[in-house]
Amino acid sequence: MRALALCLLMAASAAAQIAVRGDLVYTMAGAPVANGVVLIRDGKIEGVGPAAQLSVPAGYRTLRAAVVTPGLVDAHTVVGLTGWLNQPHDQEQIERSAPLQPELRAIDAYNPKDELVKFVREMGVTTIHTGHGPGALISGQTMILKTVDAPVDQTVMVREAMVAATLGAGGKAEAGKSPGTTAKMVALLRAELIRAGEYAAKKEKPRDLRLDALARVLSREIPLMVSVHRSRDILTALRIAKEFNIRLVLDGVAEAYDVLEPIKAAGFPVIVHPTMARAAGEAENLSMETASKLRQAAVPFALQSGFESYVPKTRLVLFEAAAAAAHGLTKEQALAAITIDAARLLGVDKRVGSLEAGKDADLALYDGDPFEYVTHCTGVVIDGKVVSEGRH
Amino acid sequence: MAAAALAQSPPVAFTGARIIPVSGPEIANGTIVIEGGKITAVGASVTIPAGAQRFDARGKVIMPGLVDTHSHIGGVDGGDASNAIHPDVRVLDSINVRDARLQKAQAGGITVANVMPGSGLLNSGQTIYIKLRDGKTIDELALRRSDGSVMGGMKFANGTNPRGASPRPGTRAKAAAMAREQFIKAQEYRDKVRAAGTDATKLPPRDLRMEGLVEVLDGRRVAHFHTHRHDDILTALRLAKEFSFKFVLQHVSDGWAVPNEIAAAKAPCSLILIDSPGGKIEAKDNNYPTAGILDRAGALVGFHTDDSVTDSRWFLRSAGLALRGGLSREKALYGMTMAGAIMLELQDRIGSLEAGKDADFVLLSGDPLSVYTHVLETWVDGRKVFDRADPKDRLYAEGGYGASHDQSAMLHLCGEEEEER
Repeated sequence: MRALALCLLMAASAAAQIAVRGDLVYTMAGAPVANGVVLIRDGKIEGVGPAAQLSVPAGYRTLRAAVVTPGLVDAHTVVGLTGWLNQPHDQEQIERSAPLQPELRAIDAYNPKDELVKFVREMGVTTIHTGHGPGALISGQTMILKTVDAPVDQTVMVREAMVAATLGAGGKAEAGKSPGTTAKMVALLRAELIRAGEYAAKKEKPRDLRLDALARVLSREIPLMVSVHRSRDILTALRIAKEFNIRLVLDGVAEAYDVLEPIKAAGFPVIVHPTMARAAGEAENLSMETASKLRQAAVPFALQSGFESYVPKTRLVLFEAAAAAAHGLTKEQALAAITIDAARLLGVDKRVGSLEAGKDADLALYDGDPFEYVTHCTGVVIDGKVVSEGRH
Repeated sequence: MAAAALAQSPPVAFTGARIIPVSGPEIANGTIVIEGGKITAVGASVTIPAGAQRFDARGKVIMPGLVDTHSHIGGVDGGDASNAIHPDVRVLDSINVRDARLQKAQAGGITVANVMPGSGLLNSGQTIYIKLRDGKTIDELALRRSDGSVMGGMKFANGTNPRGASPRPGTRAKAAAMAREQFIKAQEYRDKVRAAGTDATKLPPRDLRMEGLVEVLDGRRVAHFHTHRHDDILTALRLAKEFSFKFVLQHVSDGWAVPNEIAAAKAPCSLILIDSPGGKIEAKDNNYPTAGILDRAGALVGFHTDDSVTDSRWFLRSAGLALRGGLSREKALYGMTMAGAIMLELQDRIGSLEAGKDADFVLLSGDPLSVYTHVLETWVDGRKVFDRADPKDRLYAEGGYGASHDQSAMLHLCGEEEEER
């Protein structure tokens, strides 16, 4: 016990006191601050404001950048499970042995040392919602964590964030196996939710991990994240949510523009597909303007890097937001979709997503407009520690 | 009919634009005049011919049409698994010109593309160089030499890409041996044809596979060599030297590791810039700085989409990402246009805005290297093939319902009627 206390003390003191100065500081909690400074102490943000009003105490290390933003929040990725080499040994994002496996947990599959985790971290992404990917009716439970290169138990923020489901062709089993059609998928899902409800109602029961996870969905403790693209399948997801009175997060939604009213009426948030996602398969009708249309319809949404099965193995949520800013969103709306709005959607906005006193000291530093190709990410701070420097 | 319409159409002049000719310095307030499908004048002070249709392009940027040196638009087939080497296979025979990806390429500002068959094979077959004209047949899109023959290269690959069970090679050395064997056969075939001279009775039986390879040996077809890893790049250079064929290195992910060897071999490099490293073993070190490293070593650097690996609508990102990695602005824009033209041996016709060249250009809303910039119009041979202001075209640019569907015959007819009004 004493040893543990000592370790904690050492960890705290290793987090140096830092002042980050930016020509422009996007706090995402009010207007951007020109000539701003962010003070960091013991892993938390101590204060934010104009440099003229907030003096830097002695002994603080000062970092400088043209633009400072909160550490970026990727609302949905598969990084850490889908390895950069794309070989069987490093692909942990999908288990095809059965269509419904909500008992699988991301925390048991995540590799913090994968090169893609490093890649996104060096580009400013500090928080990710990751886990089992689309490709099965229910592929597992997702988690939310920091992108620090450290054992997952130290970096995880939410161990079981959502149960990941897929509706439509993307979730079908291989040819000849069940489910082979969307209607069958829905029938299986409905039957499993009914079983989970019966399970939850029993007092004495042997523990069933699969039904445990779905019972948490039924009790509205965690949402069901449904990856879905076709408008008819989006409506099916909404129908299921209503039938079982569960919380939903809609994911992907290439054809959301066709069903904006029902989505808005249902009140569920959306993690919209990457702006530059491949317009192929079920997502063939995707539009680069969907984020902007969701915004106009006042549907809460965030952006994501999504899942890629080939080259590139991951997209970068920063680039996807930049593309969204070129296709209907304002710069600040696009930035919000990868910071505070993403944090809010994930339920971690008390800790991350904006630069405010008391929040985790997660920051990204840039040498220009973060969205421009020519700009570099020049520094990343997570929990008050500088985890990346240099030009990326 | 198209040719007649072209001949009758009046000259067109864009005025007040920031013009990036690529062949020379940028012109802050310039005019470009086109007539009969060709550029007739470009400059700061240009006399606009009487009767010219004028467009005010103040605040806009005009640059040459983009050249994509490696694409798979047109729904072309992948490699035929029946054999590892297919020099007789012509991608020309498999292009669907109603594939929406052609419209998307136009929306991305691409005016010329090298459409390749494959991949996954040592030799996937003959490629075709196309102009992104509006056309109903591949013949209308094909680029031709002065003798009327269709232009194209030959697609080769090495590394892990062509590996597999027999008849594909199982190892790198076997792959090189199989390629070498075919080139030697082609040399022998060529020698027999040459020896026969005008005596048809002495000609060997026609062999389409050998004919394709002889075109590579004779320099009528550029070898487009898919290669990623540093040692595979050197193997490609070695083969090219041994059989002295013209070639372009395609992808070149590990180019950063052997830049001096590439430059010394005068090997043109067409790069694909992807968001993140990896996705397959050979792309694990693919990075943004490679373009700048190769350029500084003295190599010719161009870019490609490999559509659908990357989407043609985002082709300009290649220049932006290369710039991020340290390539100069001038070379990034050169790489998107002139370098590609050189790699496809079209440098006398396209790739820059100069009087006498084909009127292939794009009108941009702003700087080509800014993420916020849109392609407003794409012109090929003096005809507008993409107009962002036209809702029909905008669908392909932005996406939406039907944006990936083949153009239907009816839609096409409607377009023609509008044009003739």
